[in-house]
Amino acid sequence: MRPVYVISGGVSKFAKARPDKNFQGLVKEAYDYALNDIGLEAEKAVELIDGVVGSYFSDHFTNQLMAAIMVQDYLGLVPKPGHRVEGGGATGGICFQEGWKQVASGYMDVCLSYGFETMSKVNTWKGNEFIALASDTSFDYPVGGFYSGYYAMMVARHMQEYGTTVEQLAMVSIKNHKNAMYNSFSQAPMDITIEDVRNAPMVSWPLTRLDICTMSDGAAVTILASEEGVNKIEKAVGHSIPKIKVSGVGRGTDAMRMADRPHEDVLLLPNEKAEDYVGDQFVGGKLKYPGVHSFRAGRMASLQAYQNAGITDPLKEIDFVELHDAYTSSEIQTYEDMGLCKYGEGGKFVEEGYPFLENVEYKTGKSLPKKGTIPVNPSGGLIASGHPVGATGLMQAVFALWQLQGTIGKHFNNDKLQINNAKKGAIHSHAGTGTYVTVSILEKED
Amino acid sequence: MADNMKTRIDETTDGSTLFQIPFPKDGNLKELKNMSPIIFKRPYLIEYVYSYGQDSPFFAALSNKILLGTECPKCGYKYATPKGHCHKCGTETEWVKLPETGKIHTFTVCELGSEAFLKETPFILGLIEFEGVNSLFLTRLLGFDSSKPSLDWIGREVKPKFIRHSKFKPTDVYFIPV
Repeated sequence: MRPVYVISGGVSKFAKARPDKNFQGLVKEAYDYALNDIGLEAEKAVELIDGVVGSYFSDHFTNQLMAAIMVQDYLGLVPKPGHRVEGGGATGGICFQEGWKQVASGYMDVCLSYGFETMSKVNTWKGNEFIALASDTSFDYPVGGFYSGYYAMMVARHMQEYGTTVEQLAMVSIKNHKNAMYNSFSQAPMDITIEDVRNAPMVSWPLTRLDICTMSDGAAVTILASEEGVNKIEKAVGHSIPKIKVSGVGRGTDAMRMADRPHEDVLLLPNEKAEDYVGDQFVGGKLKYPGVHSFRAGRMASLQAYQNAGITDPLKEIDFVELHDAYTSSEIQTYEDMGLCKYGEGGKFVEEGYPFLENVEYKTGKSLPKKGTIPVNPSGGLIASGHPVGATGLMQAVFALWQLQGTIGKHFNNDKLQINNAKKGAIHSHAGTGTYVTVSILEKED
Repeated sequence: MADNMKTRIDETTDGSTLFQIPFPKDGNLKELKNMSPIIFKRPYLIEYVYSYGQDSPFFAALSNKILLGTECPKCGYKYATPKGHCHKCGTETEWVKLPETGKIHTFTVCELGSEAFLKETPFILGLIEFEGVNSLFLTRLLGFDSSKPSLDWIGREVKPKFIRHSKFKPTDVYFIPV
């Protein structure tokens, strides 16, 4: 595999509904943003882009099969190679990695990865029904198919196993909604308190409306290139482009039905030992894994990505994480999967302030002694930026790219969310109760 | 914000059907880009002919008030939600009756839900664990006060109850306290 660089990215404005544009128009908005950002003219881009990977989650939402080719056509990138990828909530993350693969394998020098979702075509409750069709339609969906219900069951077990509290969940909501206030692309910026989160309408106990992301219309793109591809683009635009390398990719999976997940031994990261998960603090004296309280796919994806990127102590070596917080609970579960803390410590991790931004004030009512240690979802994450499913994983790549370039100020019109001297970032995309998870490491080359 | 203080009407799609909209009479095409998008209703209805395939005996058993799981004859792994082949060793599984009672492994109270289930809210979803069985079973729980959810429910002993007129769905069975 040869080195792959993220040379530019773009996102459309995310909103509950974007009836002003169809899906082709939304992707075009994000694509033009990425081209303009490096000063690449559209005609030249068509010449230099070798092919495309497109993604969107749901044909039900789109009400249009083969929508990906229609986008590629709209962008003027036919007859070049292209295909669509789909993997539930991780669709965008998979798309990013498939783009990486096109370049890493030597098949392409420059690849465009794009993703979109147009969820406003149906009302929120029909939308929830469409999403729930991404659960076993023989055994799970008919019982009361509702993703918020599935995640609520998972976190109830997390609370039972580890003593995680609803206030700790609320702190994730406070953090991500507040960060989004400084992100001009975000959908739901808010300055809220623990009480606001807990007093919001209950959706599925213990998750309230403010523990859960919204539905969105939006698109995101990244342009990936080999060393040669970067040279070609630099020549075309007449200036150098910061080298942000994809230094590790990892992907994991798990059974669709939560009921089928095993209760066995923990998949250990290099900084963990089997003994870490034995003792009276665990139900039955030993952690049973993954059960329904943890995402084995997230752990597997992290393990692979860290191996590729040579990371052995993620908390120390990674400067920030953009992770899939469709639910506040899944953010806490993901801290553990990614080894930012040990299994069982996710609630304490947020309560002590580790994932909060140093320069932002939050209404948590807590002292946050570890504030700024490893900012998680500095952009506001899915909960507050929006979650147009097929675009989300790529949106994370774009926000991470800008962090590593140090260009947050330019893109968000303020630099409040810029992490000083960020060198290494992780992006994490996650599908239905942890069925597909991708982790990619982006790194600034000196 | 309390529910009775809400400041937004929920969106529905039962709006009027549209046959004509304003258009510049003088044919000034430049004005068109300033117009609002046309938004309309497009129904999509379909009936599938669906087969439960190798899982069919599970639903046949439910209609006879029996709860079946499967067991791997080779490695002994037991499935509370049936799987036709063992995910451990690939062997074709055998049908077995599940224990008479189980325990709540985890649960939630759905105050809201997908459109198909919205009218049934609030309802309780639970994952049930059975002694000596490796995997869990997703079901509806009844006989618990949905207005007072508590982690104390986890571990409570429950038993299956069957509806009289089978619908050949997994909801032909639900669980209640023992």
